[in-house]
Amino acid sequence: MSDHKTMTLTLIVWRQKNATDPGKFETYTAKNITEHHSFLEMLDCVNEDLIHAGKEPIVFDHDCREGICGMCSQVINGAPHGGQDRTTVCQLHMRKFKDGDTIYIEPWRARAFPIIKDLIVDRAALDKIIQAGGYTSCHTGGVPDGNAIMIPKPIAEEATDAAECIGCGACVAGCPNGAAMLFTGAKVSQLALLPQGKAEAVTRVRNMTQAMADCGFGNCSNHYECQASCPKGVNVKFIARMNREFIKAQLDY
Amino acid sequence: MILDGKCPTGPIEKSWDKHRFDLKLVNPSNKRKYNIIMVGTGLAGGAAAASLGELGYNVQAFCYQDSPRRAHSIAAQGGINAAKNYPSDGDSILRLMYDTIKGGDFRAREADVWRLSQVSNNIIDQCVAQGVPFARDYAGYLDNRSFGGAQVSRTFYSRGLTGQQLLLGAYSALSRQIKAGTVQMYTRREMLDLVVVDGIARGITVRNLVTGEIESYAADAVCLASGGYVNVFYLSTNAKGSSVTANWKAAKKGAFFANPCYTQIHPTCIPQAGEYQSKLTLMSESLRNDGRIWVPKKAEDIGKLPAQVAEEDRDYYLERKYPSFGNLAPRDIASRNAKEACDNGLGVGPGGRGVYLDFADSIKRLSEDTIRERYGNLFEMYEKITDENGYKRPMRIYPAPHYAMGGLWVDYNLMSNIPGLFVLGEANFSVHGANRLGASALMQGLSDGYFVIPYTIGGYLVTVKPGSVKTDNPEFKKSVEDVKATTNKFLSINGKKTVTEFHRELGKVMWNDVGMARSKESLTEAIKAIPQIRDEFWNNVKVTGSGADLNQQLENAGRVADFLEFGELLAKDALHREESCGGHFRVEHQLPDGEAKRNDADFSYVGAWEFKGNDKEPELHKEPLKFETIHLAIRSYK
Repeated sequence: MSDHKTMTLTLIVWRQKNATDPGKFETYTAKNITEHHSFLEMLDCVNEDLIHAGKEPIVFDHDCREGICGMCSQVINGAPHGGQDRTTVCQLHMRKFKDGDTIYIEPWRARAFPIIKDLIVDRAALDKIIQAGGYTSCHTGGVPDGNAIMIPKPIAEEATDAAECIGCGACVAGCPNGAAMLFTGAKVSQLALLPQGKAEAVTRVRNMTQAMADCGFGNCSNHYECQASCPKGVNVKFIARMNREFIKAQLDY
Repeated sequence: MILDGKCPTGPIEKSWDKHRFDLKLVNPSNKRKYNIIMVGTGLAGGAAAASLGELGYNVQAFCYQDSPRRAHSIAAQGGINAAKNYPSDGDSILRLMYDTIKGGDFRAREADVWRLSQVSNNIIDQCVAQGVPFARDYAGYLDNRSFGGAQVSRTFYSRGLTGQQLLLGAYSALSRQIKAGTVQMYTRREMLDLVVVDGIARGITVRNLVTGEIESYAADAVCLASGGYVNVFYLSTNAKGSSVTANWKAAKKGAFFANPCYTQIHPTCIPQAGEYQSKLTLMSESLRNDGRIWVPKKAEDIGKLPAQVAEEDRDYYLERKYPSFGNLAPRDIASRNAKEACDNGLGVGPGGRGVYLDFADSIKRLSEDTIRERYGNLFEMYEKITDENGYKRPMRIYPAPHYAMGGLWVDYNLMSNIPGLFVLGEANFSVHGANRLGASALMQGLSDGYFVIPYTIGGYLVTVKPGSVKTDNPEFKKSVEDVKATTNKFLSINGKKTVTEFHRELGKVMWNDVGMARSKESLTEAIKAIPQIRDEFWNNVKVTGSGADLNQQLENAGRVADFLEFGELLAKDALHREESCGGHFRVEHQLPDGEAKRNDADFSYVGAWEFKGNDKEPELHKEPLKFETIHLAIRSYK
């Protein structure tokens, strides 16, 4: 269908058999890549070649391939998700590269995300943070009518800005401290902004920040790399809001 | 066998309330003695696991992703329906039921659809309480938008992210139960067998996708909420990991598969760009609120830039043919009309497989900012994929496989014909008939998960003694051995073609012969071709690596092997159904104007298939459909 000219690229990819293997970079060639290939489709092509050659393909996390599930997680040329503004790896397209480019591909690197294999890491720590308090403790059923809780439009919009987080962990991978404060701040802020979440705001911020520390994440020192890495553009102001919520919680007995 | 859906009798308005009263209850202190397995943690499975855990049951939940927050429910964009009638535009529970039955082309069960419509309102309340940030109007009340197949505005939404927000709501409720210890969450696990002991579902066999270990889990009831199967077409809007595997393993253990031929081809997807393509991306149907669909009237205008085609030379074919619903005609109709325009040589873009979705008029009427506020993320996504600016030139769209209305057969309690096996959400067949209306999938997933299964499963559990079968039962051991044998088989074939090559090959047959327009010839052809691909697969597939660690090729081989069996059943169901209805369009059965021609006299039933083995014909069981509240009529959107 496509009559566009094709590209040949050199890939330098992190290969690691399992959590204990030291791992190393391997070099591969990607051939016949068009500008319409997504980055993952380019890797699919490389993998098909590897399988035909009887070699083990590169494993990487992916699922929806439309930028919303948060499964894909690769550091490309040093930038989580490849560094294109508000774009996940799966939505990154090869038109952003040119024939002859060399591309470095690595997994998320952070203390709290042990590598499972090749480009796949274990992000269970993010689930632990949510389990510590990223919810309202409402029961199924027995809740008031949706319109009984009025929410000013600007508040609903700001809560939605925070709620856009897809939990991919790019913020952690991009942070020099391996901090999950943008991730945690987004959930704390979403629920602190909304009237439904206010009742538990104090315990929530305490428990979630504690879980963050327990999981081995670092702290924020205002590099803003998280915001730059975030494929949904979640704003660092939510870290500031979390800090305010945290201070308020210290004053609450 | 004539199947009985065990629907409540009497007036429909009272049916669910009466049924809930009739269901036996499990004593609160007895609930913790029961184990329930939940396979899949999307909207249906996540909501169900959270609600059952909160009720006091022990729940073991499984998902193949690394976190329950990633299920493909997350990709739903447009919204969720409810009969709240907040805009006072004539909506009611009965009207939502009517629209759903009619939208499904009179091939769904009335009682199930009534219940869905009734609890739709509870869903909105529940999600608001969880902190789901629905769109609000300036007064602070919940906002609504319109969707296809309805003349009222009943769709609640959160930007173009409604599925994500609802799933994260269910995920937060689930996380709370995981913390409380009522739900044990197993991630990166794929169900590879259902364990049936003396005719009753007692557990599952799963592969730990990280270690490769084959594990057994026993329970007093097994729930499948494993989603739909349209990846049988290879290219679809589903996630790459979406498969029929959990459902198909159950079908091979005796669960009936209902209406597999009812598949939805969604009209507003981004057209395919090349052979290497791995999936198709959906653009929310909500775009049809403000976008106008057209193709050039004359073949000589095809190559021109859209702006150079004069207004009078454009065919806004949906507005022309369906004046009362216009661009908001139901999905099956919009898709078939796009295909027809392209078949007539009027398609636009590469390969001539595309139609325009034009926002110029809306931008003129409302401003670009308003359109950006409503659909900004969709325009952004479109630009990332196509490198074209949808504000400046019309988007190009083409239909793509999107949703499965068919699924495992269940009765009104969501229990399959295997006692103890329940099926929720897209994985069952129950409410959408032959076509699902937009914004109804989220509604069904959450309805089944929050408000149906927590009641109906109790009615079953009171009849069984908790913990009566454990994993030391020989059936579990046998199941593990079977799964291991299949894994070893995949790894030992060492052929010449990759799993993806086989999947693509199957997908081509399914799309060309069992896709938007089906005929006796094309289906017969497919039924001949699929077993040939399957035979070659089992002799010539190449799966590298080992079974003892993370091996994505191996995972995929299992899924494609199941699609290669299931695809044949889908084609057989389509061949047997000598009528057109909803998403199932048989070219032999159409009205003079090209609309679907149903055959109510002979086919007003649910077709539930019993799998008898690959070399044997499946056996058809029927559940007759009765329409007592909404009377059978020719579906018209004109």
